[in-house]
Amino acid sequence: MQQAKAIKASRRKTHWKHTWKLAVQNRALYLMILPAFLYIAIFHYWPMYGVQIAFRNFNFADGITGSPWVGLKWFRYFFKSNNFKNVVGNTLILNFYNLLAGFPVPIILALVMNSIPGKRFKRVAQTITYLPHFISVVVLVGLMSCMFSVNSGWVNTIVKAFGGTPAYVMGEAKYFRHVYVWSGVWQEMGWNSIIYLAALTSIDSGLHEAAMIDGAGKLRRIWHIDIPGILPTIAILLIMRFGQMMSLGFDKAYIMQNSLNYSVSEVLSTYIYKQGIKSTKYSYSAAISLFNNLINLIMLVTVNRISDKLSGNSLF
Amino acid sequence: MKRQSIGDKVVNVIFYIILGFFVILCFYPVWYAFLASFSDPTYINSGKLIILPRGLTFGAYKYALAQRQLWLGYANTILYTVAGTLFGLIVCLPAGYALSRNDLPFRKIIMALFVFTMYFGGGLIPTYIVASTLHLVNTRWILIMFGSVSVYNMILIRTFCGSTIPEELREAASMDGCSNTRFFFTFVLPLSKAIIAVIALYVAVAHWNNYYNALVYTTNTKLHPLQLYLRQLLLVTMSTDSVDDPDALKEIQDMILTIRYAVIVISTLPIMCLYPFLQKYFVQGVMIGSLKG
Repeated sequence: MQQAKAIKASRRKTHWKHTWKLAVQNRALYLMILPAFLYIAIFHYWPMYGVQIAFRNFNFADGITGSPWVGLKWFRYFFKSNNFKNVVGNTLILNFYNLLAGFPVPIILALVMNSIPGKRFKRVAQTITYLPHFISVVVLVGLMSCMFSVNSGWVNTIVKAFGGTPAYVMGEAKYFRHVYVWSGVWQEMGWNSIIYLAALTSIDSGLHEAAMIDGAGKLRRIWHIDIPGILPTIAILLIMRFGQMMSLGFDKAYIMQNSLNYSVSEVLSTYIYKQGIKSTKYSYSAAISLFNNLINLIMLVTVNRISDKLSGNSLF
Repeated sequence: MKRQSIGDKVVNVIFYIILGFFVILCFYPVWYAFLASFSDPTYINSGKLIILPRGLTFGAYKYALAQRQLWLGYANTILYTVAGTLFGLIVCLPAGYALSRNDLPFRKIIMALFVFTMYFGGGLIPTYIVASTLHLVNTRWILIMFGSVSVYNMILIRTFCGSTIPEELREAASMDGCSNTRFFFTFVLPLSKAIIAVIALYVAVAHWNNYYNALVYTTNTKLHPLQLYLRQLLLVTMSTDSVDDPDALKEIQDMILTIRYAVIVISTLPIMCLYPFLQKYFVQGVMIGSLKG
């Protein structure tokens, strides 16, 4: 008994000695990590210390720890305000709509691209459909406001040519969600198809050949070989998307926002920015940020666990 | 090759049509902006501009390029893009490589510390307070640093180095007395050209298109990058204060749409021109990202 313990202890000792030796040997590698480590420590971990201002009444003069403690005041304030339902609702609706509209399109695009025989056309199509991904949000919204311009935008010219009445697409609230989501689909469908195309090319070509010999047509092969082949990829990406339901990028919502569509375009990220930077309600803004970040983290962990159970795939 | 059945031929035709539709959908809005930027506004307003430019004129470009702020924004953006990309590479490359080494003790802890920040953060205001404590608000430094270092990019580098740099090479080199630092510079960097290109392009595009950081952290318009000016030019009413002549004012108001199209072209042209040649690197990045790290 005692001997076993002694052996274990000495093993642990040699293990630590070995680790230590390796660490000293590779000290240059730690030096290589140092800049990144400092960056992460300063710009990611230090702000986490400042999260406590969500529970305080922060002002710059008193500093983080000097400002008076107010507990959950700001959270209560947020949950009770009219903005809570509106902002959280808008964020969820836009994300859900985005998922419904934006998720299937890249898959269809990838399936079609993959089964087209012409190599050159395929390559041109890839280049062109990836292109919108590189347009900045400001330019995208600027482009749309030109296209949809009531007097001389080409979309309304077409509408008029077919006898319709031109609409103020970029201004009115009722169009905001559609414009927001479909412009995103337009911008990202090509880029998001890359990952499915990669999955499709890794499908064993023998399967297709065997099916062809058996007389299976193109659609049949897509249905029975291609789609099952990329199903794991689809499942993982879909699950991951659910983990991001409460996070929505700032830029597009903010840039598309105007006084008419405010009721549908105000989302968590824009609200946090406005309350924090514009209205300088630092603690209130930090509290909403913290609420949002926590929900995101919880959703991600949950979704990740579900994914791990269902498919054996997980992020961490 | 077996002859195709009629059914397959029909399917092929339908697929070409679908793909063609997607291609036109992606291309036309961009092409139209290009066309409209040097066409006569009267053709645009009457809807007679469809596929080819009409009434060639460079008036919109003349007006757009005369805007001092556009040049200033361009210069700022180029500075932030170049400096930020360099900064990102200098920070992320060595770290990504070091973290790919299996014989580095505590690398899992370090990695976990890094990865955690991808999923949780202090949020806008706490980060702002840190930036302000360090006197970085309203400086160029913050616009160079923010958006350059990303844990995601480090993971890409780690995955790449872990799968392309053979362990035997390192062992042989260290047997010959090659230190880690020398190994990094003489072997790792030359072998990692592909991933360096991928990361550099990702960071560069992100900087070129960045809007948020400048909006939050700078109020001094002299520091503003292109994207902030673009918002002014594209979406907020254009300033015509400097124009006194009523005829000239009328002309500019007629041209407003054309000017906006010209500004869109001017600001997006560099990426649009470079992108087709660099496409394979972008795609490669997505592929490496999809590997499990």
